[in-house]
Amino acid sequence: MKTQTGTSRRDFLKIAGTTAGGLVIGFNWFSCDSPKMEVLSIEQVLAQAKSFNSFLSISPTGDVVIYSPNPELGQNIKTSFPMVVAEELEADWEKVRVVQANLDSAKYERQLTGGSGAMPHSWERLRKAGATAKFLLVAAAVQTWKVPATEISVSKGMISHEGSGKKGHFGEFVAVATTLKAPEEVTLKDKKDFTIIGTPVKNVDAKDMYTGKPMYGLDFQREGMYYAMIQRAPFGMKLGSVDDSAARSVAGVTNVVTFGSSVAVVGTSTWPLMKAKKLLKVNYEPDGVVESTTDHDRLFTELMAKGKAEVKRKDGDVAAAFKSAAKIVTAEYQCPFLAHSPMEPENFFAHVQGDKVELVGPTQTPDRARQETAKLLGIPPENVSVAITRLGGGFGRRLRADYVVEAVEVSRAIQAPVKVTWSREDELTGGAYRPAVRYRFEAALDATGTLVGYKLRGVGMNAGNTTRESNFPSGAVDHVLIESIEYSSSITTNAWRAPITNFLAYAEQSFLDEVALAAGKDPVAFRLELLQRAKSNPVGEIGYDVDRMIGVVKTAAEKSNWGKNPSLKQGFSVYFSHKSYVAQVADIEVQGGVPTLKKITAVTDCGLVVNPTGANHQVRGGIVDGMGHAMYTNLTFEAGVPKQRNFDTYRLIRLKEVPEIETHFVDSGFDPTGLGEPALPPTGGAIANAIFAATGRRLRSQPFIEQKEFSDIQLQIKRA
Amino acid sequence: MSKFTLKINGATQSVDVEDDTPLLWVLRDHLNLVGTKFSCGIAQCGACTVHVNGTATFSCVTPISSVGNAEVTTIEGLSKEGDHPVQKAWEEVDVAQCGYCQSGQIMTAAAFLEQNPSPTLEEIDNAMNRNICRCGTYHKIREAVAVAAKSN
Ligand code: FES
Ligand code: FES
Repeated sequence: MKTQTGTSRRDFLKIAGTTAGGLVIGFNWFSCDSPKMEVLSIEQVLAQAKSFNSFLSISPTGDVVIYSPNPELGQNIKTSFPMVVAEELEADWEKVRVVQANLDSAKYERQLTGGSGAMPHSWERLRKAGATAKFLLVAAAVQTWKVPATEISVSKGMISHEGSGKKGHFGEFVAVATTLKAPEEVTLKDKKDFTIIGTPVKNVDAKDMYTGKPMYGLDFQREGMYYAMIQRAPFGMKLGSVDDSAARSVAGVTNVVTFGSSVAVVGTSTWPLMKAKKLLKVNYEPDGVVESTTDHDRLFTELMAKGKAEVKRKDGDVAAAFKSAAKIVTAEYQCPFLAHSPMEPENFFAHVQGDKVELVGPTQTPDRARQETAKLLGIPPENVSVAITRLGGGFGRRLRADYVVEAVEVSRAIQAPVKVTWSREDELTGGAYRPAVRYRFEAALDATGTLVGYKLRGVGMNAGNTTRESNFPSGAVDHVLIESIEYSSSITTNAWRAPITNFLAYAEQSFLDEVALAAGKDPVAFRLELLQRAKSNPVGEIGYDVDRMIGVVKTAAEKSNWGKNPSLKQGFSVYFSHKSYVAQVADIEVQGGVPTLKKITAVTDCGLVVNPTGANHQVRGGIVDGMGHAMYTNLTFEAGVPKQRNFDTYRLIRLKEVPEIETHFVDSGFDPTGLGEPALPPTGGAIANAIFAATGRRLRSQPFIEQKEFSDIQLQIKRA
Repeated sequence: MSKFTLKINGATQSVDVEDDTPLLWVLRDHLNLVGTKFSCGIAQCGACTVHVNGTATFSCVTPISSVGNAEVTTIEGLSKEGDHPVQKAWEEVDVAQCGYCQSGQIMTAAAFLEQNPSPTLEEIDNAMNRNICRCGTYHKIREAVAVAAKSN
């Protein structure tokens, strides 16, 4: 059976049923590409690789197929994108299908799923594509029936003229529509008339997933293909010597090859490689700094005290504000490195043949895979084809191309097609982690308990800017100093779901809780007071919409009955990231001295909600993710090697550990914004603040279960 | 290498592999049944769950030499048309995000409901706790198992 991968244009035309004629409109998903839309002939679809990356086709039978260039990794765009097109087209949802495009044009450079940016980027384009097709079909009906366009109505894939009683499905008009020219401008529907957007629509790949069809990279097989697994060097080390004699003697192992500091065992199936890898005797030599977690802790302390900082924001006169403060609050917060640990480990298929390369696998950035491959082999990028499979999770890991290039190395060395598979141990020890960060916060309160001075100093291990200097509470405080210090570590890091804010939000929202307490104010009232200040008289530039943040804060307080139920200890948190606003309240009930986490209420403003099913999924998934990593997961290093090597010690959250999650969406009237990430950042803070309210223990480091403040708290988690 | 004759999804299959080869890799690499997933390889996540004589089993730690005559069912063989009550419930509830863990989740749920057709919510939690979902679809998993139990 063939693994479902991206589809070439030729195959797309076949699937679309348009090889024998049909309406095909070329357009570009991303708002940064050309806005033009054009009616295309079959030859043009195949030839015009450079002009369009997306196509909408309607076959003579009325079937609608959308050719999408965006990889699906679980954020449901493969369902929500076509919903937007179908809405404007007035298509019958049952007759709409989505086909994942291969990387076969220069236009795919922005093909990337990350940063929650997919929908906001494409929203307008998708609507226009649907509206353009509808316009052409209606124009074709006008020609055919000789009636005015204003008398024609379109609904669920049918075009009708009430006066004459004439009626026909889309397919009946494609022949005429193909002869027309796409209009420059089209009218979009009024949002209140939406019939598909805003309704719960099920995942379009559901059936295949639930029957075990081959869809993921790891499922890909090719006649004559070899398998490979790789032993990688610890961080800060390089390859010394290799004794591969025992590994080579394992039945099923055909070769052992070395490149850079990696040793690859190659064979005819996976299991012999797992055995052989353990039999490799590899010596490594230091190559730079070999780090352990104890080194990181020491470095955090040193750099926090006297590291050279980059000033990210400076408002007013912080020194003076702290000098004249009635009260000063100071606290430090720290998080460990984390792996991405998608359930599908990294893997890629590569076949190098002369100066051409075929790549197949799970990637969020096919163009990066292509560029890095071309660079490695010194060949033109056009010589590299990339077929994308479904992704078994990403969380940022598959934005990198390291595991693609490795497969290319092995294929080049053995001169044969090969699929490189990472074991879980490889995945947890192989790098590109969420960086470890430490923050120090300082707050100056005046005699009335108003926050007048705010300092944030972040130290990160390969974290880049550890702060988000134009985020709340910037704008709400007169005197602000925000600084970031970078330590260049030998441990590789990478974007991890909600980069930086995945921990910064926790630290900041916990600290603001500490400040509210010191000011003798209710945490919600305290935040609203700050937001009011940012609204009426903002200090400096701010990157968030104050009203939208106030909106989610107030709604969350209302939906969670904030402060109204004396038997509940509640924790509040709110954060703005990826253009969306999320406020969360965690409820803990204490009985007989035992605290039980019962519920998390989340209020999200992500603009218009395209697919409530998908939106709910993303919010709950983000909360579960945020909670799991805040509570349980740790990654520590000993001499450049992580100590947690599989899920027995690298603890991920499980089903019994998730409380009820209640989700609400605020209708702010804005276009859709990001949703894959913004629900994660506020969660840790909401839970930590509730734990403080219930027990008086302030958790300033993650994961909670390893903190001594938490050691005697028997936190129970209860489902609804 | 030894020859093993296995009963998989109602059919007899033969493979020539080392005795210690886990059932998971026999299914995936030798029999092209890739619906059974690899994720941890050490009996921690449940992605590789199959039924061995009806019992939910981690195929990643089940050596082929231990399978013998047992009936093995994989996600591909759970139902002919993909319409097992658990699969239908999974569709109805729309459980998946990335979907990678879901065949294992479905196999765990199907074996569990076979043994306990009308479970309490707590029993559902206990049964499903052995499978990890990194995308955090746990609420929907709970819901879908309950839906499948009702439809039985
Ligand atoms: S792969 Fe078998 S339990 Fe994880
Ligand atoms: S749906 Fe992605 S791991 Fe479960």
